[in-house]
Amino acid sequence: MTARARRIDSVLAGKRVIVCAGSGGVGKTTTAAAVAAALAARGQRTIVLTIDPARRLADALGLPELGNEEHRVDPDRLRAAGLAGDGELWAMTLDAKRTFDELIERTAPDTETRDAVLANPIYRQLSNAVAGSQEYMAMEKLYELHESGHYDVLVLDTPPTRNALDFLDAPGRLARFIDSRSLQVFRASGRAGLGLLGRGVATVMSVLEKATGVDLLRDLAEFFNAFGGMAEGFRDRARRVEALLRDEATTFLLVTSPRAAAIADAGHFHAKLAESGMPFGALIVNRVCEPVGAAADEKGLERELTDLLDERIGRKVLHDVGDRNLLAERDARNIERMRTELSGGVLLTVPELSGDVHDLDGLAAVAAQLFKRRRS
Amino acid sequence: MPIRTGWSDSFTASHSLPAVGALLDRRLIFVTGKGGVGKTTVAAALGLAAARAGQRVLVCEVGDQERLTASFGLPAAGFRELEIEPGLHAFSVNPEDAISEWLRYQLHSRTLAGLLGGSRIFQYLATAAPGLAEMVTIGKVWELAQLERKTPSAAPYDLVIVDAPATGHGMALLRAPRTFAEIARVGPINRQAEIVDGFLRDPAATAVVAVTLAEEMPVSETLDLERWLRDELGLDLERVYVNALLPDRVKAAESRAIEAAVAGGGDASPSPSALAAFDASLAAHQTVRAQRSQLARLRRGLATEAISLPHLLTPDVGRDGLERLATKLERDL
Repeated sequence: MTARARRIDSVLAGKRVIVCAGSGGVGKTTTAAAVAAALAARGQRTIVLTIDPARRLADALGLPELGNEEHRVDPDRLRAAGLAGDGELWAMTLDAKRTFDELIERTAPDTETRDAVLANPIYRQLSNAVAGSQEYMAMEKLYELHESGHYDVLVLDTPPTRNALDFLDAPGRLARFIDSRSLQVFRASGRAGLGLLGRGVATVMSVLEKATGVDLLRDLAEFFNAFGGMAEGFRDRARRVEALLRDEATTFLLVTSPRAAAIADAGHFHAKLAESGMPFGALIVNRVCEPVGAAADEKGLERELTDLLDERIGRKVLHDVGDRNLLAERDARNIERMRTELSGGVLLTVPELSGDVHDLDGLAAVAAQLFKRRRS
Repeated sequence: MPIRTGWSDSFTASHSLPAVGALLDRRLIFVTGKGGVGKTTVAAALGLAAARAGQRVLVCEVGDQERLTASFGLPAAGFRELEIEPGLHAFSVNPEDAISEWLRYQLHSRTLAGLLGGSRIFQYLATAAPGLAEMVTIGKVWELAQLERKTPSAAPYDLVIVDAPATGHGMALLRAPRTFAEIARVGPINRQAEIVDGFLRDPAATAVVAVTLAEEMPVSETLDLERWLRDELGLDLERVYVNALLPDRVKAAESRAIEAAVAGGGDASPSPSALAAFDASLAAHQTVRAQRSQLARLRRGLATEAISLPHLLTPDVGRDGLERLATKLERDL
């Protein structure tokens, strides 16, 4: 137990970027906010980047509906929740569309190009409606804030995903999409037609045209034309974002619930992290059902409950004890399986806390669980 | 023990109810909801219920991790339609296979499809273009749900149930055909996207159902989902399944009696074990009350109906658990 107690500190020591990842509904946002709050209380200037936080949590952090702006969490409210310290806690809700637009504004060589890109239908769909852009832009914002040097620690909450690779690949995929090789083809096809291209490319293009329709190709050509001057910048940026993710000052916290499906996802993600050479820090299992300090079939317990209450209520209480122990056993078994899979990696558990955790008191409770020092 | 006896009874019973949505008359049921609420379980139980009602049904998972076949003790189905028990089929759609398949149909030629699929330019576009994966995925789902299948020698299904990704990505799937119809204003992509979009928005063909837990975040997300579907896609949420409701065992008066016993004052003070047991019971009571208030909140905000499903209180859902849920579901199909 003592070994486990200090491990969160060793995992987070010296880290500047902490990425919380995992499947949906496991408490990623809460965990990210709790870790950030705890680090702020320990004197660090910390920012948590959240994606679509629960309204009540957003209110607790003082976040407005509109995203992409850094807000300092009121120190008085932190103090009231027992999270006082020498540091500062900041928070921001990511807005993918605005991040993308800002990126274009920064990268565009001139206003003409900027306007052409922002007005292009392909770009509008890409930046707005389409899944995946959230992932791209989370990474982009993370990088930008990291470069700003305003914060000691950045804690990133990530979009829920069952496919870990989507997320880890995000910067690279954006770069590939805007890669100058494919760009050349579309730029040429938009202007001079297919005849001027090499034979192989011309064939591919004519097949593509057959498969898609001309109009789409023209928009694509325009899109890539407009992006022409920015491709190198994008690629360069994607490379640096990726380097940041692999940096030794970066760590990934995998967040999961103890349910079998979520645990399986976490295992999958853990394997992918290793495959991609990303730094795994710890696995955090939230909302663990803890066993009752009594067994439903314990000798004399039924008798005692009947004496203290009556037979009917006593039996209901025993039933509740049985259910809870069953779920606790289930969780314990799933966690044990995960522990084996992690082979020595850090695993931390947070018990199910009474009530939903959507305010600063709740964050303080989670932080206390994560950072507590247990004595064995 | 499989519960095989009940289906004819409950089938009849469902006919005596007002035809709420006649869920099983649709061609496609799209099951979505926040992560971790039991979408896969509900989708599988719906599939089991439909198969028990005599339908030829396919449960389609989206993404790279299959769970359904495992509940039946079978290996993953992958990108092929696998009968896992009489009438019930499993399938898992992934963008890579869906793209190759689409190209083959599109170009009516394996050779051309191979040429295009193998070209670097197309690879760049296909793997990098955000949204394309969603489009080909939902396109394949549409194909599975057609009476006239494009897949050679494939038999049609009475019903296809999609175990869709969590709300955000699920919405992206539903929206993809519109997105693509807007990007490609004319041409074959536009036409196909319009057809798929029309199918998804035809209430006689498609039903979108959500699964949720009676907890703050999932309930909020479900309310948002209903609003989003209506505002963005002009779709109605068909119904909501509220999963994992705990039994309301200890009544309010009984919980007060327990609290009194904890406080002591009687002849004997409770043993540590009894105190722990009381604690567990009071905590369970608390959770049940929280669930009820969230369920009430959901029902207040929801235009459609919310159907409650019990917590199975078993270590693993498994085959037996699915049977039990299917029996519950049969009441309102």
